[in-house]
Amino acid sequence: MTEYAIELKGITKTFGSVVANKDISISVRQGEILALLGENGSGKTTLMNMLSGIYKPDTGSVFVNGKLVQINSPEDSKRLGIGMVHQHFKLIETFSAADNIWMGVDFPSYGLKEKLGEIRKEHYEGQDKKAKFVFESKKFAKELKEICNCAFYHTKNAFLTPKRYKRIKDISAQFGFDIDPTKMVYDMSVSEKQTIEIIKVLYYGAKIIILDEPTAVLTVQEIEKLFNILRKMKEAGHSIIIITHKLNEVMDISDRVAILRKGEYITTVNTSETNEQQLTEYMVGRQVDLKIDRPITEFDKPLLEIRDLTIKNDEGALAIDKVNFYIRGGEILGVAGISGCGQRELCEAIAGLRPILSGEINHKGESIIGLKPEEIIKKGIAMSFIPEDRLGMGLAPSLSITDNMMLKTYKGDKWYNPVVDRKKARAAAERVIKELGIVTPSTETPVRLLSGGNVQKVLVGREIQAGPNVIVTAYPVRGLDINSSYAIYDILNEQKKNGVGILFIGEDLDVMLELCDKIMVLCRGKLMGVVHANKTTKEQLGLMMTGSQDLNVIKKDKNFGIAKDTNIKGDAPTKEEQGNE
Amino acid sequence: MSNPKKNSSEVKEPLIRIAKREKMSGGKTLLFYTLAIVIALIIGGFFILLIGKNPFIYYGKVIAGNFTNLIYLKHFIEKIVPLIITSLGISVAFRMKFWNIGAEGQFIMGALMSSTIIFALGNTPGWITVILALVFGVLGGGVYALIVGLLKVQLNSNETLLTLMLNYIALYLLGFLKKTNYYKQLGVGAFIDFKALPRNGWLATLGSGVFTIDISVFFAIGLVAFIFFYINYTKQGYEINVIGDSINTAKYAGMNVKGIILRTVFMSGAIIGLAGALQVMGTASNHMLSTGITSGVGWTGIIIAWLSRLNPVGILITSILMGMLENGSSVAESAMGISTASADVIQGLILFTVLAMDFFLRYKVIIRKKEKKENSVTEEVVK
Repeated sequence: MTEYAIELKGITKTFGSVVANKDISISVRQGEILALLGENGSGKTTLMNMLSGIYKPDTGSVFVNGKLVQINSPEDSKRLGIGMVHQHFKLIETFSAADNIWMGVDFPSYGLKEKLGEIRKEHYEGQDKKAKFVFESKKFAKELKEICNCAFYHTKNAFLTPKRYKRIKDISAQFGFDIDPTKMVYDMSVSEKQTIEIIKVLYYGAKIIILDEPTAVLTVQEIEKLFNILRKMKEAGHSIIIITHKLNEVMDISDRVAILRKGEYITTVNTSETNEQQLTEYMVGRQVDLKIDRPITEFDKPLLEIRDLTIKNDEGALAIDKVNFYIRGGEILGVAGISGCGQRELCEAIAGLRPILSGEINHKGESIIGLKPEEIIKKGIAMSFIPEDRLGMGLAPSLSITDNMMLKTYKGDKWYNPVVDRKKARAAAERVIKELGIVTPSTETPVRLLSGGNVQKVLVGREIQAGPNVIVTAYPVRGLDINSSYAIYDILNEQKKNGVGILFIGEDLDVMLELCDKIMVLCRGKLMGVVHANKTTKEQLGLMMTGSQDLNVIKKDKNFGIAKDTNIKGDAPTKEEQGNE
Repeated sequence: MSNPKKNSSEVKEPLIRIAKREKMSGGKTLLFYTLAIVIALIIGGFFILLIGKNPFIYYGKVIAGNFTNLIYLKHFIEKIVPLIITSLGISVAFRMKFWNIGAEGQFIMGALMSSTIIFALGNTPGWITVILALVFGVLGGGVYALIVGLLKVQLNSNETLLTLMLNYIALYLLGFLKKTNYYKQLGVGAFIDFKALPRNGWLATLGSGVFTIDISVFFAIGLVAFIFFYINYTKQGYEINVIGDSINTAKYAGMNVKGIILRTVFMSGAIIGLAGALQVMGTASNHMLSTGITSGVGWTGIIIAWLSRLNPVGILITSILMGMLENGSSVAESAMGISTASADVIQGLILFTVLAMDFFLRYKVIIRKKEKKENSVTEEVVK
């Protein structure tokens, strides 16, 4: 066995005039975890897609186990033992786990031709005509039997039998996974889906496994579980490439780190000999301050109060169950929770897009329940929700930046005027482009042609330029690299300093701990408690997110365990009490 | 291993590769589409050659068949007016990604409703009759489309199937009504036919003698300008664009999505219904209903709307081209004995080549060069 499982030498790939990968050479040792680190658009996924046969390099060569190979299609890649778990899962929602794993399996062919050939090789040697006839008949019968067997073999494989569930279960147990093979994919959580994807590539016999941003959608506990699996796979001799831009994960899991920047290969370092600061510098190309500011503000008036709010989701189950909280001007309230525990419904209810079952939503002391979405927008409540696909809500991808700017204001003041005011929108677009440093050829460029970071800046920029007093923002940095993420944090902090109350629904607990003033934790629609960000830990938040720690129960006597209303600076309580006793 | 370049020739590389292209300039795009039409005409020419006729003479006749005398010109104008209006109606719904392929049915309903009201009004003065008839035509097409819109927003039913099926309902309803006393008249030899509209239900006309056309051509031109303005500059047009692009975004922006869909679907049907009303009240149909009143504009309209990328000005140009082809081919038929079906063939070819050209607009094909030129392949891609 050679030292390297995979070697890439001088790989260059261009799309039109864009150089996605420029002369990249990296290698993965047998049985190691290599982290591929780089910002958005640095060419990580493109490089890996060339290994999985989706793209083909323009120049350069790929060696697998020391042998030069040409990967022209995903099948080639599969044959070479390379398996990729994509960022967007490629599963069929209406199939069971077993069938999704089963689907791409090539059955070994029966080998009819060879078997028949062997039978035909036998020849009768004697003179006896009768014996020859018997011999020939037997030979014919043998041939017929083989043909029947072959037909039977294929027929059998053409049917799905319940046996497959057991087989898949056994095989996944062999890799150390505990799954229910009959479970339908649409019933699965994100983490379960990812597990299925991993079992799938293992089942196909992959020795080299590529994971594209596997942790982006997982909770802390799920990430830990995933990493344990990866370590186990490594021990079993698999080579793993993990694409990510989260530094703490890189430090945690990888043996070596290869860094790409703007399509170019920077270096490969041993994880044990580096630190986050150094990696960031490699990745960004200059010194970056990794600390997120948490400015202290003097505002103290509650802007938005939620009392006993109960909301149903689309299926009719309770999405938000008697939740109480409030947002002050000049503070960032984080919302932590496993994805799908009511964040979306909460956002939609505040924005007036979803009817509520019971409870109150008060903005500056006035109820906003039953108001139309546009009236709520006029009151200065801005909501931006970045979904998994980033473009689906909030932006119209084929329309220009200008047109997207006026999405919430196109109606204007004069209802009788049928014409849209593009001039104003264009001015707003120009302002946002300038202030947030959006990279775009013009204000008339369709949003879908912009890069991820710029798309999100357009969205956040639109919400801010309307001059809101409450910003509800869900996953504003979803999928963004360090530079763009920090730009967004800065924008939010800027708003905070201006007295805007911000509800920040996030994924990355590390970031929330640094950025938010308070963090409220939701678990299956229930409020587990509100804690001060500077007085809690990631572990506590993780426990609350999974529901194993419920501050309402633990500190029953103390104000429902909800963080006391103090300024972050000191512990001196202000005169105002939490509004939900 | 030390010389990867040499080695790579040993392993197979596909002969043809496809790479994404950058965005093309408007002029170049136009050039490509023109090229597509030329290619379609050349292939069509081969078909003509196969029949044993001269394609150049055929194309000459097709073009001449629209302009060389006043009767031809009249037929040409009468051909393109319903095409333009119907395509505009279709394009409004298509912009919202509402696949209204029920233009045939909406066209018939427009024509039927306006005829019905004209018969009912009897001797009312001309201008009142015409205006009322147009209004009823608009309502007929609009409400007929609105049925599908309502089912779509309430039950999320598939609009493509429903509009398609409603086409046949409208057509057979028309066939049935032909035999009722209200609509029928006995023609030559006890042949049942639709009653002609009374004179007060006729559209005003222009010109004289053989060149008498009705004023529907102004409706067509006016609508092109109106739809262009409506889609690009009005709030309602903006709403249609947003919904067509991302329905979730529209919801998140607080738009009344259901209402906008219903409004737009009604508008789409209404415009098509107007085309039907104008057709039956105008000179093109000799002021009478018939089961062939649409002459297929509902289908051709889909092709036109699609080919012109739902752009109103594009619809005007494409309708003129398609109308020339259809109208001129009937002249060519009588002159050269080539069936008008050849116009359909060429129409189909144009659709094919234009759609194929879309592929080349978005991608470029790179053919594997010989060994030594391996570097130049990359250079080409970089360009």
